[in-house]
Amino acid sequence: MQEKELIPYLYRTEFRKITAVLCRSLGIEHISIAEDLVGDTFLLAAETWGFKGVPQNPAAWLYTVAKNKAKDLLKRNALFSQKISPQIQYTTDEKHELEIDLSIQNIEDSQLQMMFAICYPGIPPEAQIGLSLRILCGFGIDEIADAFLTNKETINKRLYRAKEKLKQDNVKIELPSDVEIDKRIENVLTTLYLLFNEGYYSSSRNSVLRKDLCLEAMRLTHMLTENEITDKPYVSALLALMCFHASRFEARIDPKGELILYEDQDISLWNNELILRGEYYLNKAATGNHLSKYHLEAAIAYWHTVTGRDADKWVKILSLYNQLLIIEYSPIAALNRTYALAKVYGNEQAIPEAEKLELGSSHLYHTLLGELYSTVDTCKAIRHFEQAIKLSRSAADKKVIKNKISKLQEVKNV
Amino acid sequence: MKEFVMIYRSEPMGEIKMTPEGNLVVSKEWENWMGGVAAQNKLVSPGMRLGNEGRTVKPGNMITNGPYAEVKEIVGGLSIFRAESIEEVLELAKSCPVLNVAGGNVEVRDIIVMN
Repeated sequence: MQEKELIPYLYRTEFRKITAVLCRSLGIEHISIAEDLVGDTFLLAAETWGFKGVPQNPAAWLYTVAKNKAKDLLKRNALFSQKISPQIQYTTDEKHELEIDLSIQNIEDSQLQMMFAICYPGIPPEAQIGLSLRILCGFGIDEIADAFLTNKETINKRLYRAKEKLKQDNVKIELPSDVEIDKRIENVLTTLYLLFNEGYYSSSRNSVLRKDLCLEAMRLTHMLTENEITDKPYVSALLALMCFHASRFEARIDPKGELILYEDQDISLWNNELILRGEYYLNKAATGNHLSKYHLEAAIAYWHTVTGRDADKWVKILSLYNQLLIIEYSPIAALNRTYALAKVYGNEQAIPEAEKLELGSSHLYHTLLGELYSTVDTCKAIRHFEQAIKLSRSAADKKVIKNKISKLQEVKNV
Repeated sequence: MKEFVMIYRSEPMGEIKMTPEGNLVVSKEWENWMGGVAAQNKLVSPGMRLGNEGRTVKPGNMITNGPYAEVKEIVGGLSIFRAESIEEVLELAKSCPVLNVAGGNVEVRDIIVMN
């Protein structure tokens, strides 16, 4: 990896690990200080690696520097010595030194506990998601603003208020009790799912696939399944869903980085190991009597990995999308349901259903209608595809749609 | 946006099918219709299917057997929708599968929220 890419990559994977450990050591009231310390560490890396060269173990370098910075700050800072040092000295040994344990086990424990500390019911869901993206995922403020379709100022204010609230309510960095877990874990899962989708679809970015993000989301979800308290059926369902989607990583991007649509993918590139892992977690999820949206979405993703049983497959997928929409509406599910409907009952029957969706401002809506009209009315199909290009923000999507238009024009001119 | 209820009526339909796990067996026809409405973001709640056990209480401690005794149609279930106007809900109701069974009809009513 080039140095230019290495630091952003490490920022993604290591920022939150170090921050979680520092937060746990310093207490929830010092999230901002922990964030700043780790931010400074990365700044130093960017300044020195350029001319001194990248250290042999870059992550270890970051851990050491962050740890030293925390200790230095602790020694120097009057606020620290008055407010935190006495407690820490009291709880640690007599060396009067801050213990910052950056072992794998402590990193995992700290992250798991931070997940729940942040997803605290006392702060609004949006702020929980924002703060999770910052602390657990190492998102920049501008990226969070992008995800919420708002500006940096709004996000900064939102995160500030959230941190103040956590401080005020003296939220403990620990796992919630059995009674609270179902309610609290919901937000954690929403955040992890958002993170995965950010990586998988990344509609507002140039890079088509941010595999790292997906893998990080999977790692965090996997962490939840590894812990007795958080290992719930719907957590396994979410992980199954991620595995099934991730199994198509290699097949959905061509060597030039272009997106390849599901129907055009080379099936031999699908990752069987991930499909099997998905099946394992889907089976694991099939206990209890609560059918969550994650169960349904995982089942839909499972059927997408099945080949050669097309009739059966689309009937199942349509049924699952119906059930999913009845539980919870989303525009994407509505569009996908209509696509499945076309696969089962034909394009002509699906067109009026698609037109009822009233999602005219979405490029995906016009892509769907373009697709459905392709076999019915070529002119209308092209018009919808052109509208889709106008509305799409992703260069990769535009390219895929342009190809569809050229194919239709060829057919028209024959 | 306002909320409306659809009350599904038909001639009594006999036994209600359940899965071994105790869930209602929903026909493809109903599932597709409900899914289509939900895809338009107009479904608030699929509501409930009413069972066959029933009694009617009348003044003077009089209790009559079942909803069927002398009626040609019974309420089979109800669901809740959201829409700008009742006309929009009527449009949805026109393709409701209950219209395909003997004596089937849909009553659409607006919902008054009680505070």
